[in-house]
Amino acid sequence: MTQVEKIRKEFPELGERVYGKPLVYLDNAATSQRPLSVIRKWTEMSEKYNANLHRAVHRIADLATAEYEATRDAVREYLNAAAREEIIFTAGATASINLVAFSFGEAFVRAGDEIVVSEAEHHSNIVPWQMLCERKGAKLKVLPVDDRGCLRLESLDALLTPRTKLLCVAHISNVLGIVNPVREIVRACHARNCAVLVDGAQGIVHERVDVQDLGCDFYVFSGHKVYAAPGTGVLYGRRELLEQMPPYMGGGEMIGTVRWSGTTYAPLPQKFEAGTQNLAGTPTLRPALEWATALRESAVQENLETIKLFILNKLRSDKRFRLYGDPEDGKDKIPLFSFSVEHLHHEDLALILDKMGIAVRSGQMCAEPLMDRFGVTGMLRVSFAPYNTLQEAEYLMESLERAIKMLER
Amino acid sequence: MKTLQEAQAEVIEDFSMYDEWLDKYEYLIDLGHRLPPFPEELKTEDRLIKGCQSRVWLDTTAEDGRLFFRADSDAIITKGIISLLIGVYSGRTAREIAEDDFSFIERLGLRENLSPTRANGLASMVATIRETAKNHV
Repeated sequence: MTQVEKIRKEFPELGERVYGKPLVYLDNAATSQRPLSVIRKWTEMSEKYNANLHRAVHRIADLATAEYEATRDAVREYLNAAAREEIIFTAGATASINLVAFSFGEAFVRAGDEIVVSEAEHHSNIVPWQMLCERKGAKLKVLPVDDRGCLRLESLDALLTPRTKLLCVAHISNVLGIVNPVREIVRACHARNCAVLVDGAQGIVHERVDVQDLGCDFYVFSGHKVYAAPGTGVLYGRRELLEQMPPYMGGGEMIGTVRWSGTTYAPLPQKFEAGTQNLAGTPTLRPALEWATALRESAVQENLETIKLFILNKLRSDKRFRLYGDPEDGKDKIPLFSFSVEHLHHEDLALILDKMGIAVRSGQMCAEPLMDRFGVTGMLRVSFAPYNTLQEAEYLMESLERAIKMLER
Repeated sequence: MKTLQEAQAEVIEDFSMYDEWLDKYEYLIDLGHRLPPFPEELKTEDRLIKGCQSRVWLDTTAEDGRLFFRADSDAIITKGIISLLIGVYSGRTAREIAEDDFSFIERLGLRENLSPTRANGLASMVATIRETAKNHV
C-alpha cells in the first residue's frame, strides 16, 4: 500500500461512491474531509466528557475543561504563539474576523480612519470591514492584484497613511491559491503603525504557520478546512492588542463580577469566549493539527507537488483554459486552481463532473469583487489535499475533456 | 393542443428513456442548443430570475388569456431545463398554469438529482412561472 493509500484509509468519506462511481473529492478549499481520529474525538467528547466548561466542580466538568484547555495549548504550540492567552476559540474564521472587526474597531477605529483589504479577499474578510467602516465613518481601501493574481505591493506604500489602522489580507486566497508575502506586508504596515490581520483559512492547511515569525497582529482560521469539526475556529491575537479590546459578546464565562452597578470582565482568553463553547467540536482541533503536521512530511508533499505541476502544466499549455492566479514563480502557488473554459459555463462543467463522481466548486466562491476584477460571473475551482492522488488529477483532466466535448456539440 | 397532463407525461417519458445521468444531460444540452434565440434587449434586470448560479432571463407575453414564455440562460444545461418547462407551460391559460401543482418536476427526478444550488434555481424558475400565471388570472 502506498503512503497516500494508507492516509486515505483514515478518511472514511473518501471511500464513498456517488452515482455508482468512486468519489473524487476536489473541493478541499471549501471543507476538508475528516480523519477517524477527529471523528472519534468528536464522538468521545459527547460520550465521555459532556459537561459545561470552567464552571462546575464535578469530575466530568474537570475532564471536559482539561480537554478544552489542552486544545488551546496544542493550538498555541502549532502557531508558535507567545502565550496561551492569545488563542481564542471561535466558531470559525468568519466569527474570528467579526470579533476583531467589532472589538478592534471599538478600541482603535475612529471616524476618518482607514482599513485596507486586498482585492482577492473572501467576503468574510470584506463585509465585516464594510460594516465597521459604516459604523465608525471610516474608509475602506483596496490593495489591488495584478493580472496574474499577485498583490500589487508597489501600491501599498501609497495606500498606508497615518489614518490606516488595520490591513486585512488572506495568507492564501481561496480563489487564486497564491501564498501572499505576509512577512513583507507586515513589515511595511508596522513601519507605518498599522496592524495586520491575516485570514489563514487556506494558509493554515498549506503553510507552516508561525505567528511570531510572520509578525502579524491577528491570524484567524476555521477548523473544518484543516480536518477538524465544523463550527470550530481560532483567533490568534497579540496579547497587547487583545488586552486593550473590549469584549465582543457578553454572558457566560466572559465575566469577572456582575453587579447592577456594572460588570467586570474575565481575563484573556475567556474575555472573548462568551456563552457555552463548542464542547464536542473544539477539542477535535488537537488531532486535526496532529494530522496537519503529519501531512507536511516530505513524501506526502512531493505527491502534492507532482499533482500541482501536472495540473498547472495542463492548464497553462492549453489555450482553451484561462487560469486565475498564475504567479510566474510557480512555487508560490498551492494545488488550488480556479479557471474557466473558453465558451463554456462553469456551472455546466461542474454539473457534468459531479455526475462523473468529481466534486468541484463552481461560481463566485464568496469573492464577487474578484470575479468583477477578472470580468467573469464565476469560475470552476479544483482544490487538492494531501490525500488526493495523481490518478485522481488525471481522471479530472480526462473527465473535463469529456465534459467539454459534451457541451461543445 | 395536448392537455397539460399529456404534455407533462410526454416529457417524463422522454426523460426516463435515459438511465444514465450523463445521457440525461446530453438530452438537456441538446434541448438547450435548440431553444429559440432570445432577444438581447430583453435581458433586463427585471427579467432575471434570482436564486440561480447561472443567469436566467424569463419573458412573458399574454394573449387572449394565454401566456407565452421565452427564456434564456448563459448555461446550457439550465437552458435545457428551461426548454422543458416552456414546452409544457407556454401557450396555456394563466388559470391552467396557476392551478397546476408542478409535481411533474419531482416526477422527472430533476430536483433531487441536480445540485442543491441548481435545485434552487429550478425552484426559482418554477416559482416565477407560477407567480406570473397567478398575476394574470
